[in-house]
Amino acid sequence: MAAVIRFDRVSKRYPPGLDALSDISFEVAEREMVLIGGHSGAGKSTLLKLVAAVEKSTGGAVLVGGQNVSGLARSALPYLRRRIGMVFQDQKLLFDRNVFENVMLPLSITGFPPREAAQRVRAALDKVGLANREKALPVMLSGGEQQRLAIARAVVGRPNLLLADEPTAHLDSDTAADVARIFHEFNHVGVTVLIATYAGELFPGARRLQLDHGKLLP
Amino acid sequence: MMVWLDHHRAAARLAMRRLGAAPLNSLLYLLAIGVALALPAGGQMLLANALGLAGTTAAAPQISIFMASSADRAMAAEIESRLKKRSDIKRVQFLPRDETLARMKANPGLREVIEALAANPFPDAFVLTAADERPEVMEQLAVEFRQWPKVEHVQLDSAWVRRLDALLKLGRTAVLVLGVLLSAGLIAISFSIIRMQVLTYRAEIEVSRLLGATDSFVRRPFLYYGLLLGLGGGIVAWLLVGAAALWLRAPLGELVRLYDLTLVLQSLDARDSALLLAVAAGLGWLGALISLSEYLRQN
Repeated sequence: MAAVIRFDRVSKRYPPGLDALSDISFEVAEREMVLIGGHSGAGKSTLLKLVAAVEKSTGGAVLVGGQNVSGLARSALPYLRRRIGMVFQDQKLLFDRNVFENVMLPLSITGFPPREAAQRVRAALDKVGLANREKALPVMLSGGEQQRLAIARAVVGRPNLLLADEPTAHLDSDTAADVARIFHEFNHVGVTVLIATYAGELFPGARRLQLDHGKLLP
Repeated sequence: MMVWLDHHRAAARLAMRRLGAAPLNSLLYLLAIGVALALPAGGQMLLANALGLAGTTAAAPQISIFMASSADRAMAAEIESRLKKRSDIKRVQFLPRDETLARMKANPGLREVIEALAANPFPDAFVLTAADERPEVMEQLAVEFRQWPKVEHVQLDSAWVRRLDALLKLGRTAVLVLGVLLSAGLIAISFSIIRMQVLTYRAEIEVSRLLGATDSFVRRPFLYYGLLLGLGGGIVAWLLVGAAALWLRAPLGELVRLYDLTLVLQSLDARDSALLLAVAAGLGWLGALISLSEYLRQN
């Protein structure tokens, strides 16, 4: 099966000489679910940021859908990111907009027809179990609900690649299991999923990559 | 096309919402812009009124030709026919000396003085209106008429027209300079306000970009915000000028009446009003564009 993500001897060095990642090579196949484990500061978040070209590698090639994203022009970045769903560690919800509007944002950005967009937003909210919280502001949601909202926003554009950075951190075990189940469901319908997490046991059946001080353990 | 329209509609709505989100701030912004714009706009209003006034009173600057007292009627008739043949003279009015004498005698104060004189002290005279009323042209005509036989004196009443003309020119330059300066000021105001807006909505900009927003998508609501800010400021300026015109109308009318003129001070006309609003909106937009381009380039 074709590789959705391919890292070829990728390194990322932050000035003045801190190596966040060095000589990383791996592939993620279509429809695969892959976990990236490792201690805090091992480079998990940096790796995800390289996939979405939020950061650029300082060595090697990061290919997403066959396209080398570290060489992408600034003007091409938006179109790469529209193909990727991202769940951020700090969620990055907009607190002055309600649940519905938060999920609507990616569709507004791509210029979806409003009526169809609204249907998609409701479908995404339904899938994460927030269908009855449309009008709520994010502050009114519990931690688990906020995380599910972040997931709904990541998947509303129906990306074929979903990235998540510590999606179950700070959640109690029941809620964490619930969130993990949602990722499994998306994976089952064909979405390639790459998750950086401490809590590998929540995602049984997923392939694991282990980072240690910026290096991939064999 | 529909997508593009939707984007614009959404951006405009968002800009409105942001203006409404901090009403006191927005009001003060509009006031700052309005006051800055009211200065050149008010200057233009006064200038337009002054031009109107000059137009009605200085419509026909005249040349007066006084014949020598030794000239007889035949000489005067010859001069009159010469004048009437010329295409550069629009109108010739002949004032015979007898008629002038009679008219002056009608004034009770002058009658006694005139009756004490042995002879008619008034010469035959002509009052002319030139086809081309530019001061330099009138000056040329006066020089020519002074060479004519039996012409004693040629008087040009264009001197004050020239002064008024110079004054209006100065006024126009002042309004222009003021306009340019305060336009630059408005761009600076819009730039700073948008800068603050960008910082306020930094999280939203960051998230939007991570979700695949293009620069123009990020920029759009701020451009509308700048446009609305400018337009609102323009409306405030327009209202201020209108209020000033109403307020000054009576005292200025009275002042002008002392000079035997009438003036009903008018606010900006439709053309100037439209120009004011368009320029204000445009400059607000421009300030926002500069501010956003600066921010997006740095981040």
